[in-house]
Amino acid sequence: MQHAVETQSLTRVFRPKKKKEGDIVTALDSVDLQIGRGELFGVLGPNGAGKTTLLKILSTLLLPTSGKAYVAGFDVEKDLMAVRERINMVSGGEISGYGLLTVRENLWMFSQFYGIKSKEANARIDELLRRFGLTEKAKAKVRTLSTGQRQKMNVIRGFVTNPEIVFLDEPTLGLDVNAARAVRDFVVDWIREDRGRTVLLTTHYMMEADELCDRIAIIDDGKILACDTPTNLKRMVKMNSTLTLSIAGLNEIDGFDTIPGLNSYSQTKDVESSTTKLRFVVEDESCVSDIISKVVAEGSKITSLQKTEPTLEDVFIKLVGRGLE
Amino acid sequence: MTESYLMRNLRAVRGRAYPRLIGSTREPSWFVFDVILPLFTIAGYAYVYKFLDARAELIGYVVLGGAMTAFWLNILWSMASQLYWEKEIGNLSLYLMAPISRMSVLAGMAVGGLFETTIQAAMTLAIGAIAFDVVFSLASPALLILVFVVTMIALYGMGMMFASLYLLLGREAYHLSALMMEPVYFASGFYFPVKQLGFWAAAGASVIPITLGLDALRQIIFPGGAEDAFLSLNTEIVLLAGLCVVFMILARYSLRYMEYLGKTTGRLTLRWQ
Repeated sequence: MQHAVETQSLTRVFRPKKKKEGDIVTALDSVDLQIGRGELFGVLGPNGAGKTTLLKILSTLLLPTSGKAYVAGFDVEKDLMAVRERINMVSGGEISGYGLLTVRENLWMFSQFYGIKSKEANARIDELLRRFGLTEKAKAKVRTLSTGQRQKMNVIRGFVTNPEIVFLDEPTLGLDVNAARAVRDFVVDWIREDRGRTVLLTTHYMMEADELCDRIAIIDDGKILACDTPTNLKRMVKMNSTLTLSIAGLNEIDGFDTIPGLNSYSQTKDVESSTTKLRFVVEDESCVSDIISKVVAEGSKITSLQKTEPTLEDVFIKLVGRGLE
Repeated sequence: MTESYLMRNLRAVRGRAYPRLIGSTREPSWFVFDVILPLFTIAGYAYVYKFLDARAELIGYVVLGGAMTAFWLNILWSMASQLYWEKEIGNLSLYLMAPISRMSVLAGMAVGGLFETTIQAAMTLAIGAIAFDVVFSLASPALLILVFVVTMIALYGMGMMFASLYLLLGREAYHLSALMMEPVYFASGFYFPVKQLGFWAAAGASVIPITLGLDALRQIIFPGGAEDAFLSLNTEIVLLAGLCVVFMILARYSLRYMEYLGKTTGRLTLRWQ
């Protein structure tokens, strides 16, 4: 089965017209990617890493300097129409459309560029407006929408054409928690409805990539530094986990030193709430059950338990040597 | 995709024309700005001709010319500048990414603009004709429609070509539009017969389709219009038809060049550059 997206040594260099306009920028540097059908694939990287350039090439808006890119098996340089018929793109902070038109009219207009019959387009628009909770805004002029509502409309625009492959370029940029949640939930539902659908999502939100994506490519300075599932990426970081236990009462429990795999531990008593907080740094996760058994054997009642895992941020720092922001 | 490529492009034309078709009903202020205000200029010229006791046709020429300025303004500000504006708001990349001919987008803009502007111009013409007792003498409505259609195709073809060129010019395009208003009003003879400029100047001005179109329309709808004409009606129709072909071809090539340049340099869609 052909890949939804495939790139081979994809490189894009921006050369300034004049020297004083700046230096040559290598936005993409020999990028090799293979994204399968049905995947929700994330590209994670800081601003200027090359994420948007990658999407522009895949959506036929930009030519690569060298290398090849295929979308749905079609060459993005040669088979333009075949690629365009199968894709759509949504960008964060988009202000596309016409403020004078209503939400429904804007969506209908964009659907016409994909040759969708009006009746079918309007049915799809109704369904998507309902799913995004925008039905009441169908007849509102776009210029009266809030940022979140407008971005939801943009997301609908990208999906109303029923594409095989959707490119989402930081789709939740600048959105409040609820609006961002609505967009993420929709994307996950959409891809689950049909395993032939594919989403390529670029983001610099670690949590978003971790939560949504089947696989993630970490990109910096135009280079793919790692590409794997979120779980496997986090395994790359050999970092100790932290286990925090809260127990009722102001107890003093000793004897954890003998538990194998435990790196260190500390106890803090909170007189006000009459609880004791135990914090364990574990090298080997198998010791967690021994810790809990010991606490229970001491007759203490555990009121909360929290285990902290390495995050994608830790992965990014390990790979790049700095944080994402 | 179940639609044929042709049907898809026709839908795209309709889709892109829609904002302009519906726009005039959403913002009624256009009546003041696009219909009433041009009447002041028309009145100015008309009173000069009246004061000079000029022939009645000349006032008719002014009213028709004043009404036709709407088309030139539409070309400059809503056709030529449009793609640049679309780029700024992010629509251009969506148009370029759609599986349609780019000419369909421009054609949609042209059809919508033409419809909207024709209503404006017709209202200006009607009010001006009533206010200044303009007498029309229309022998052949079919010929009138033919000349109007050919003029508009050539004019909007020119606008489609400008749209791509303006995009390459960026912000400077606005200055170019401002620069091309008054000089073209003069060179194209909006308020007087262009023949008065002399043959070579009038011939040069004829590159702008509205010059010949206006001259031809005056020949058709005003008694004695032929006497003031720059060229014969048939010659003007043939030349206008030629301009239709030339500008449509140039529009297609400039659009293709613009897209190629945009994809090569990234300057048309990547706003951070």
